Amino acid sequence: MEQLKSLGRELAMGSQGGSSKEFLDLVKSIGEARSKSEEDRIILRELETLRRRLSDPDIPRRKMKEYLLRLAYAEMLGHDASFGYIHAVKMAHDDNIMLKRTGYLTVALFLDDGHDLIILIVNTIQKDLRSDNYLVVCAALVAVCKLINEETIPAVLPQVVELLNHPKEAVRKKAVMALHRFHQKSPSSVSHLVSNFRKRLCDNDPGVMGATLCPLFDLISDDASSYKDLVVSLVSILKQVAEKRLPTTYDYHHMPAPFIQIKLLKILALLGSGDKQASNHMYAVLTEIFRKCESSSNIGNAILYECVCCVSSIYPNPKVLDAAIEATSKFLKSESHNLKYMGIDALGRLIRINPDIAEEHQLAVIDCLEDPDDTLKRKTFELLYKMTKSTNVEVIVDRMIDYMINITDNHYKTEIASRCVELAEQFAPSNQWFIQIMNKVFEHAGDLVNPRVAHNLMRLIAEGFGEDDEGADTQLRSSAVASYLRILGEPKLPSLFLQVICWVLGEYGTADGRHSASYIIGKLCDVAEAHSSDDTVKAYAVSAIMKIFAFEFATGRKVEMLPECQTLIDEVLASHSTDLQQRAYEFQALLALSPQAIENVMPPDASCEDIEIDTCLPFLSNYINQAIENGARPYISESERLGTVNTITPASASHYQQDPAHSLRFEAYELPKPRAPPPSIQPSSTSSLPTISSDLVPVSEATYTTREEQYNPKVQTLADQISAEIGVRLKLEGVQKKWGQQTYSSPSAPSTSSSSTQKATNGMVTSDTIRQSSLDSRKQQIPEVSAEKQRLAASLFGKKAAERKTQGSTRRPAKESQHAVATSAPEPPEEKVVVPAVPPPDLLDLGEPSETATPTIDPFKQLEGLLGPAAGSDVASAPSPSVGAVKTPDLMSMFTETPSIVDSKSSDKGVVSSTIAKKGPNVKEALQKDATARQVGVTPSGNNPNLFKDLLG
Amino acid sequence: MIRAVMVISTQGKPRLLKFYEFQPPEKQQEIVRYVYGALSERPENVSNFVDADSVFGQGTRLVYKHMATLYIVFAFDSSENELAMLDLIQVFVQTLDKCFKNVCELDVIFNFNKLHTILDEMILGGQVIETNSDQILKHVDDIARIEKSSSTTSLVPKSISARFGR
Repeated sequence: MEQLKSLGRELAMGSQGGSSKEFLDLVKSIGEARSKSEEDRIILRELETLRRRLSDPDIPRRKMKEYLLRLAYAEMLGHDASFGYIHAVKMAHDDNIMLKRTGYLTVALFLDDGHDLIILIVNTIQKDLRSDNYLVVCAALVAVCKLINEETIPAVLPQVVELLNHPKEAVRKKAVMALHRFHQKSPSSVSHLVSNFRKRLCDNDPGVMGATLCPLFDLISDDASSYKDLVVSLVSILKQVAEKRLPTTYDYHHMPAPFIQIKLLKILALLGSGDKQASNHMYAVLTEIFRKCESSSNIGNAILYECVCCVSSIYPNPKVLDAAIEATSKFLKSESHNLKYMGIDALGRLIRINPDIAEEHQLAVIDCLEDPDDTLKRKTFELLYKMTKSTNVEVIVDRMIDYMINITDNHYKTEIASRCVELAEQFAPSNQWFIQIMNKVFEHAGDLVNPRVAHNLMRLIAEGFGEDDEGADTQLRSSAVASYLRILGEPKLPSLFLQVICWVLGEYGTADGRHSASYIIGKLCDVAEAHSSDDTVKAYAVSAIMKIFAFEFATGRKVEMLPECQTLIDEVLASHSTDLQQRAYEFQALLALSPQAIENVMPPDASCEDIEIDTCLPFLSNYINQAIENGARPYISESERLGTVNTITPASASHYQQDPAHSLRFEAYELPKPRAPPPSIQPSSTSSLPTISSDLVPVSEATYTTREEQYNPKVQTLADQISAEIGVRLKLEGVQKKWGQQTYSSPSAPSTSSSSTQKATNGMVTSDTIRQSSLDSRKQQIPEVSAEKQRLAASLFGKKAAERKTQGSTRRPAKESQHAVATSAPEPPEEKVVVPAVPPPDLLDLGEPSETATPTIDPFKQLEGLLGPAAGSDVASAPSPSVGAVKTPDLMSMFTETPSIVDSKSSDKGVVSSTIAKKGPNVKEALQKDATARQVGVTPSGNNPNLFKDLLG
Repeated sequence: MIRAVMVISTQGKPRLLKFYEFQPPEKQQEIVRYVYGALSERPENVSNFVDADSVFGQGTRLVYKHMATLYIVFAFDSSENELAMLDLIQVFVQTLDKCFKNVCELDVIFNFNKLHTILDEMILGGQVIETNSDQILKHVDDIARIEKSSSTTSLVPKSISARFGR
């Protein structure tokens, strides 16, 4: 029977237009094709046939329709059918409505709104918009939505506006959508027509009204404030819809016009956001919908979810919020994955209002985290990301990394890696942990993370805790070195990670005396050898080797040149990369210097020191004078040169290559002047040195100078050159540090007083105790929930109370003060109330007997008590008043102190930093540039001259 | 807004592609491959939602429904509601079913122009304009009738297909 049916269908197909048999055969043969190449062959043959047929001057028009559809089919399968586009355009012009519609359909499928042929269809559309047949008008409006671009909008706009008053509601609806589309493509072209949307909101056809909500939604998300007057009418519309005042044709699964309700709720969410007065109008109708909406149907849940979104967006109201929480918990408890997904999303929205809500659903959340459904898992990670705080960061980031390792989708891997980094940077409980996490992230997703992250890591290792505790810093560094030496054994490491490793080994490999210089050098040589195609890694390795040699020499020890090291240097000396060559030559030159000179050139552990640069380079003036005396031409400043484009001598020609614009020059070169000055001794160096001062991208330029002079006896100049050059490069590092994120560089030690740090650690200790105790007690009482899960729950959700306190002690003054402002500014009295209840040290007492003594209590209640010590423990509140009194001003004072901290720092660091401090608004942009600049320091391509210009004012 | 409606066979062949923002043919194929890859990996009894950030941009998602040999997929951005989209797929399928009487893959292939007509009645410029399948069908039938009267021979397959169905 089934077969007969399909046979019948095939017959039906066959009868539908003469040669549709061909189409049928095509589809059949494609269906039977065994490989992609076979399929391609079939379609190419088909296209060849169509091309031949279409070139025939008189094709029956109905045949033409079928050809075009076959073309569209071929293009859908990924083959080029552009030869037929013009026929589609022609067909849209046909008078027969069927052919016209086919023409419009194929044109809409084939053409982009920027295609050249669009201009040919505009005339057709104009004509059709005026048609008496409303179906023709509708077809034209559908085409308008797809095909009209910014330039052609004015050609059809008046007609579309006219159609807003068309008697047929289908036409009005489509005209509204066409206008909406115009607004999307070019808001300015229809800005004077916005009032039409308001007018259409009162259309007596609910369908048109519903359609109008789409453009209104866009308009209101751009600018909510000018539509506040609509709140009342929108609420009343929503109320009427919810009360089933619309005709039953708008019902869907017994829900009145659900799509209209959803759109309305979305708009109300925008309008009520942060607006207490507007929100006041909405509470009643929201409560009503929460009450009426049945959660048995899919669409009912869609509306409920939208209500939750609306509630979380508008000004909070306890009653409505409770209804929203209840709806959310229904979602979470549901068996359906779809509803769980919506529940997790809703929860993520609600915790922005009240973070405690999550606790009630912790087990549901953990179930979702372990669900086989990947979408649900990701959504849950998003939720966890939103609720991360310093007490649960370790668990969450560990989980994220475990998950990250197994993802194949690079896009998402990048995202989750950057989230791990962000959370770790923000909440890291210790630097050791931070380095561990960074190592993991780099190991598994090193090629995907932002290079900035690598620089942050290097900076952290170089600067240490930012406290004046040298011992801890040294320990941190040697643990980093140890971990890197271990990781180097892994077979495949991302380039970025290797760069970090090389840098750290070069800087601190021998610092603690645990590893011999030759051991480290051997390791670095291995790295360079194993990654011989990666110039950047090699450059890092060579520089690191150079540093180790320099440090050893400076302390008077001799280092023997390992054979593999010599091979490496020899190879690099002949490298095609000028950067690598330069490093090798520098290395050779360095070895020839005296220990004192070396120590000046490469002081140990000085990567954090700022080096002041006198941009006038006064130490060179003797040299320049000498050159001028010997007949060299004096330096002409850039502005003069650009003002008078003359005297193209070899020297200034070489300047052209340095032109900061780096663009092609189109004007012809002038003829060289007959009386060129006598050849100077060092023309290239005289011309290049000024460039150093003006552009600060000298490294490649200086290379040549260095090499030329290498064989000159002027060692002094050479040393100067090197130091100048290194100075220039080190300068970048100093800059980086000042401009980079404040996280690890800030000497916030004075503000984060030792007491608060201690509290933080106390908080950590407590978490363990609590975990243990909660584990024990729950094991006895709730056997169906696994211990594993509970531990996870405890570590994820526990101790929200301790959070604010520890947040206060993070090492980020700027961020921290923002937090303080954010939490305290809007409702200062609440802050005072919360803080007293929060003193972390008391949490220690939480494994208290009170819980175990009450075994009859509902296990979940108890669980809450365990996990939310702020709510449960009366012990906690005992010493609180005094703490609170001390604490609140502390937070505030920290905030006010921030500027002064910055000041003192900048005065420490000298001229450069103070200029930077002035450049406030640019910092973000500069940060990015700076990250590039870091790379430039490694591979000097001189691609960012602007940054340096900024720096030098 | 809705970014795309796709019908893809369980073999990964596109059966209907409608993009509400133009995509060049190569990109269309890439999207189909990605979507098919993402959907075919998903186990039974999981949610009908998939993230589509990497092909359609930040915040876009797919909602899909697996019907016999077809995946019906809607791609949309954050201004739509997932559950509502799922119901929109339902409306679409219902309409197809009413239109073709027990719709099968072959109907979809041979009448993809009709599917486009149906979708144009439901979604315009990426926004939902009609969700009542009877209404949609009525509009589509109106169009079909006028098309028929404007042409001497019947080019509309539905009536014939329906006759066989009964």
